[in-house]
Amino acid sequence: MILNLAELQTQQPARVQAVGTSAELTQRLAALGLRPGRDVEVIRRGWLGGPLQLKVGGTEFMLRRAEAALIRVVAPSAEIAPARAGGVTA
Amino acid sequence: MKRVALVGMPNTGKSTLFNRITGGNARVANWPGLTVELASHRVLLGGSMVQLVDLPGIYDLTGGAEDEQVAQRFLADTDLDAVLLVLNATQLDRQLALALQLKSVGARLIVALNMADEAKRGGFDIDTDALSETLGSPVLKISAKYGHGVDGLKALLATSLNQTAARLDFARLRPAEASRDAEAALYAQAVRRPPTLSPGPTQKLDGWLLHPLAGLPLFVLMMALLFQLTYAIGTPLQDGAEALLGSVKDAWLVPLTSGLPEFLSGLIVSGVWDGVTTVLTFAPLIFVFFCLMAVIEDSGYFARAAFMMDGIMARVGLDGRGFVMLMMGFGCNVPALMGTRVIRDHKARLLTMLTIPFSLCSARLQIFLFFAGALFGPRQAPWVLLSLYFASIFIALGTALLFRKYFPSREPFALELPPYRLPVMKHVVFRGWNECKSFLKLATTMIVIGVVAVWLLTNYPNPQHSYAEVIANFFQPLLSPIGIQAELSIALLFGFVAKEVVLGALAVIAGADGAQLATHLAQTLDPVSAYSFMLFALTYVPCVATIAAMKKESKSTGFTAFSVVWSLVLAWMLSFVFYQGARALGF
Repeated sequence: MILNLAELQTQQPARVQAVGTSAELTQRLAALGLRPGRDVEVIRRGWLGGPLQLKVGGTEFMLRRAEAALIRVVAPSAEIAPARAGGVTA
Repeated sequence: MKRVALVGMPNTGKSTLFNRITGGNARVANWPGLTVELASHRVLLGGSMVQLVDLPGIYDLTGGAEDEQVAQRFLADTDLDAVLLVLNATQLDRQLALALQLKSVGARLIVALNMADEAKRGGFDIDTDALSETLGSPVLKISAKYGHGVDGLKALLATSLNQTAARLDFARLRPAEASRDAEAALYAQAVRRPPTLSPGPTQKLDGWLLHPLAGLPLFVLMMALLFQLTYAIGTPLQDGAEALLGSVKDAWLVPLTSGLPEFLSGLIVSGVWDGVTTVLTFAPLIFVFFCLMAVIEDSGYFARAAFMMDGIMARVGLDGRGFVMLMMGFGCNVPALMGTRVIRDHKARLLTMLTIPFSLCSARLQIFLFFAGALFGPRQAPWVLLSLYFASIFIALGTALLFRKYFPSREPFALELPPYRLPVMKHVVFRGWNECKSFLKLATTMIVIGVVAVWLLTNYPNPQHSYAEVIANFFQPLLSPIGIQAELSIALLFGFVAKEVVLGALAVIAGADGAQLATHLAQTLDPVSAYSFMLFALTYVPCVATIAAMKKESKSTGFTAFSVVWSLVLAWMLSFVFYQGARALGF
């Protein structure tokens, strides 16, 4: 199931497919580990429309919802077993 | 000619190091087969000419981004004598995989751990020998920014270029993901950090501290606890310092100066000594406060505060980082203003800078500690202080809200939430002592000058009709509607230079120090006028240093002038509304 990161439910692991943010943010996110092929999880959503708390590998960081909406992820549907972490980069 | 490729992830200070080694005048050249230009420079290392090529930043050797592919193609198609790999010493947990990957394709690595100074400050303890052994290559700590270790690195480079150049074997390349386990193992072996809470407790703690409903009350509770502790630990220390300085005055200073002319002994005893010692007794409180602040800062809680506040901060046109800057400003506004450099968008940065002077810094804290102690009971004082911190935050955010439309920004932000870290005693004491030291430095220079000037103003031409009185009378029509009387207005005037001077000036004007000054204030002021004074002192221009920093960081005289005028106007309006409002309500 393809959706954007802002739509992803909390505690549901998904794999990053494409990062459509500005070049600068894309680079910053890559440094934090969020790049195509990596697994990402939304840990919680900030109150009052605040940012998302994301986890990629061992790194946790926050990202606003508007930017998270520009990141496409693939979430395994309920029937299929969750993708294994640490998969090969395409 | 020998050839060395400079490789590293983006933002590791790779280009800074390149400029350090080459002297800063890089030549940009086209490379066969590559469509983009690469910076390269010839340097003389140990008697042989070496061409150093600065490659685009890469995360791994398999990344798909365009500039990453450029770097990969260069590495795959060029004969190299060595690869100089720059790693960010504070991010080795994410960066060692690149070293392992380069090693797997047979690169002759020389590893520079950049930002070693920052890593040391962050409590990292990096075992370069262990890294060197596993990677099979020399590993050196450097700071490209300050030039530390760069000469050693050049010497090392010079001695390791004695084999014939070779090409990397990309056939043996494995994806970066395959090195993650090895990376984690190597990191665990070579890098020691202050103990962190394991993921379980960190998540549990986050569950509370970032809770939509419980998070904010917990933040308030934490700040309240901070002040209660500061008072509980700091006040006995302050009393001790006061008693000590008082006995020195009675036993030594008064007899020693009794032989001097009255004017001179007056200047020394009730000018310099009373003024400076009143300020000095706050050193223990400042020390305790910043030790406690350091515990909070080191714990990683600030990033949580940024997360929690971002929703609100976004509504006033700022972001979570702005809130962290405000909290940094609690120490001193000047480094907080410099800290806004992390905000790339110019307008967003200006708006953040506009809010920082309202952050209640240590100099103002010392005034408020004194006034709260003098005019409110020991039970109420911590709450008065807490209310001023909240006023500080509200004024800052209100200012942003009011002016946000002139500083539109759409800068995204992604901030790391590190695992909670336990405090390291050494670092905590170091922080407290540093803040204390800079406070004492000011106390011994600026404040001495300030109190001498105040003493002269209040005693010339004679104590009954002094220049101070003339100045106070001049400002009286402006300051009496906000409940600030003549003697306080002189102190405020000097507070324009630095808030550290205010108490010293008051001590000189009142002709009393320490406890005597507190009694004097309690007799001449009531809580409403004292709070109005504190509100004004909180809001108007922090100090000359802040104005200078503002000018330097914004590169705009107009913006700086606007910030100064706005703070003065706002200070008066707030105190006016508070004072007249409280009086109208019968307080």
